[in-house]
Amino acid sequence: MANSASPEDNIVSISNLSFSRGPRKIFDAVSLEIQRGKVTAIMGPSGTGKTTLLKLIGGQLAPDRGQIHVDGQNVHRLKTRELYELRKRMGMLFQSGALLTDMSVYDNVAFPMREHTHLPESMIRTLVLMKLHAVGLRGARHLMPNELSGGMARRVALARAIALDPLMIMYDEPFTGQDPISKGALVHLIKSLNTTLGLTSIIVSHDVQETAAIADYIYVLSGGKIIGQGTPQELQQSDSEWVQQFMHGDADGPVHFHYSAPDYLDDLLASK
Amino acid sequence: MSLRSAHTCGYVLSAPTGMKNSKILPPATHSAPTCAISAIRQAKAVEIALSGDWVLDAQLPPLEPVLAQIETNAIKKIIFSTTALGRWDSMLVTELIKLIDYASQKGVAVDKASLPASIQGLLTLVSAVPERVDAHRDQAQTSWSQALVVSTGKAVQHSKEMLIFVGEMIISTFATLRGQAHFRRQDLWLYIQECGPSALPIVTLISLLVGLILAFVGAVQLSLFGAQIYIANLVSLGMTREMGGLMTAIIMSGRTGAAYAAQIGTMHVNSEIDALKTMNLDPMAFLVLPRMLALIIIMPLLCLYADLMGIIGGGFVTVNFFDVSLTEYLDRTASAVKMKDFIIGFVKCSVFGILIALSGCMRGMQCGRSASAVGDAGTSAVVTAIVFIVVADSVMTIICNRLGI
Repeated sequence: MANSASPEDNIVSISNLSFSRGPRKIFDAVSLEIQRGKVTAIMGPSGTGKTTLLKLIGGQLAPDRGQIHVDGQNVHRLKTRELYELRKRMGMLFQSGALLTDMSVYDNVAFPMREHTHLPESMIRTLVLMKLHAVGLRGARHLMPNELSGGMARRVALARAIALDPLMIMYDEPFTGQDPISKGALVHLIKSLNTTLGLTSIIVSHDVQETAAIADYIYVLSGGKIIGQGTPQELQQSDSEWVQQFMHGDADGPVHFHYSAPDYLDDLLASK
Repeated sequence: MSLRSAHTCGYVLSAPTGMKNSKILPPATHSAPTCAISAIRQAKAVEIALSGDWVLDAQLPPLEPVLAQIETNAIKKIIFSTTALGRWDSMLVTELIKLIDYASQKGVAVDKASLPASIQGLLTLVSAVPERVDAHRDQAQTSWSQALVVSTGKAVQHSKEMLIFVGEMIISTFATLRGQAHFRRQDLWLYIQECGPSALPIVTLISLLVGLILAFVGAVQLSLFGAQIYIANLVSLGMTREMGGLMTAIIMSGRTGAAYAAQIGTMHVNSEIDALKTMNLDPMAFLVLPRMLALIIIMPLLCLYADLMGIIGGGFVTVNFFDVSLTEYLDRTASAVKMKDFIIGFVKCSVFGILIALSGCMRGMQCGRSASAVGDAGTSAVVTAIVFIVVADSVMTIICNRLGI
């Protein structure tokens, strides 16, 4: 395997993972490793179960077969309380930001600290301002989530995700639907947080340009399997037709433009 | 100008002598697009000439005469002439598809090469995608027995989901009692405020009117025997044992049950619930328990208030319309209603509170991921709550009756 590091360097290691939703197989014997302190991207077209993978790592879903180790612990063998302790060390950033809509930006960032620690309010204030400053939104702390743009909401959510200083952060489609400036800001933030806080980042995305710009290692998923992996440069040079189509965004290739359908002519005439 | 002359399109069937199809277009007095189709009989073929603008807002000429021309004569081939063709869009292609399909049914060859290259390209695209094998499976007719199996399956699935929800809730309740999960006290106060004091105006109005109606309905019969004084018994017992609780429950299921479903459903859509889970908070304990607790606390109090309002409404009617003094009314009421009647109302209302919170939160937690799913969750929460309430009320009334209380 290309990602050959000693086991203790891997913060997440997934071996032989299979998972299905109803009759649909989402993962079929997938194995992958995520190195500590690095930015690892998991890419693939929509609907390949990238978000499902994050939920499996976070222990919100249980696999049919296979094992997931996070920081040396088997996620699905843990007792509820141990799992909750582990989850405290895993930050997660949702596509929509998922801020609690009835609380201000400040309260949203303070929320995990208030719920999980007994810190005095003055210290919480210092911490919240620090985290908000890190994402450049210290001045927006009085706003409500519905007053934020999509990019700002994601940055607030990022501040909330790092509120309890987690070991790693999982980003679920951080760049989707963002304007170029917000994208740039997020790319910069993810990279700089990763280096300054010594985090491990897992990015699930299908934005090739942005992800390739910051990822140290990329896994490409499709049809329940890993069909390509390597550094961004290696993947650009990949000789797999599929990976080529994905990395360059070609309209037609191994993945067809047309969703399979009845014959067009018959379809048109059938309505008559 | 009449509509007909504004959209002038025509069909001209040329004489078989081969006369030129000339000047079929009427004078262009208006900017409305005009188009025409004509068929000219040749030796063993028919030449179909298309002219004018074949666009969406043109009135298309009928195809039938051309189709008839194809059928009636011993024609082996169709050729197209498009020299007079102006602008065109998908309308032309649709008409051509009809024509070509008809021709192929009749075994007449179509010379597509005589069409412009762009139209040929579109026609090729039309037949480019291969048929999917199971594409017609959904259209299969379902028989009543299949429908029965499907709906039974759904009902079983729903009951299962309900049991799972109740089970999870019980687990979370115990976890909270043991201190392993928690909710915020300020949330509880907020929900109490939301479902208690804020609901007072509507509860006041409805209960007053229900008391009033009870009094009128009873009075019509009772005054036949000159027993108007018993209106007090009827109203006070009716309100405390049944109507007070039932009406409050129905108001609250529409007001609060639906709100709970919508609030939790929206949180689901925004993945706020997932966010809570990743922040290591049990959504059941954090979102559902305080809401349920708020309703359990508030419902009996609202019920008591509704009882009083109903009795006041009844009193208003009795005193003003049926010649009973206020003192008499209050005296009859006090002697008719026992403590146990209030307690029955209280217990019923607490049960209704649990049922309303249960159906509201359950539909919210089961909500799908789209905006329309939130609306569905609200509707279904109210329906579920009202069904639960009426069934539970009947069961409790029968139990009370059998126990003689």
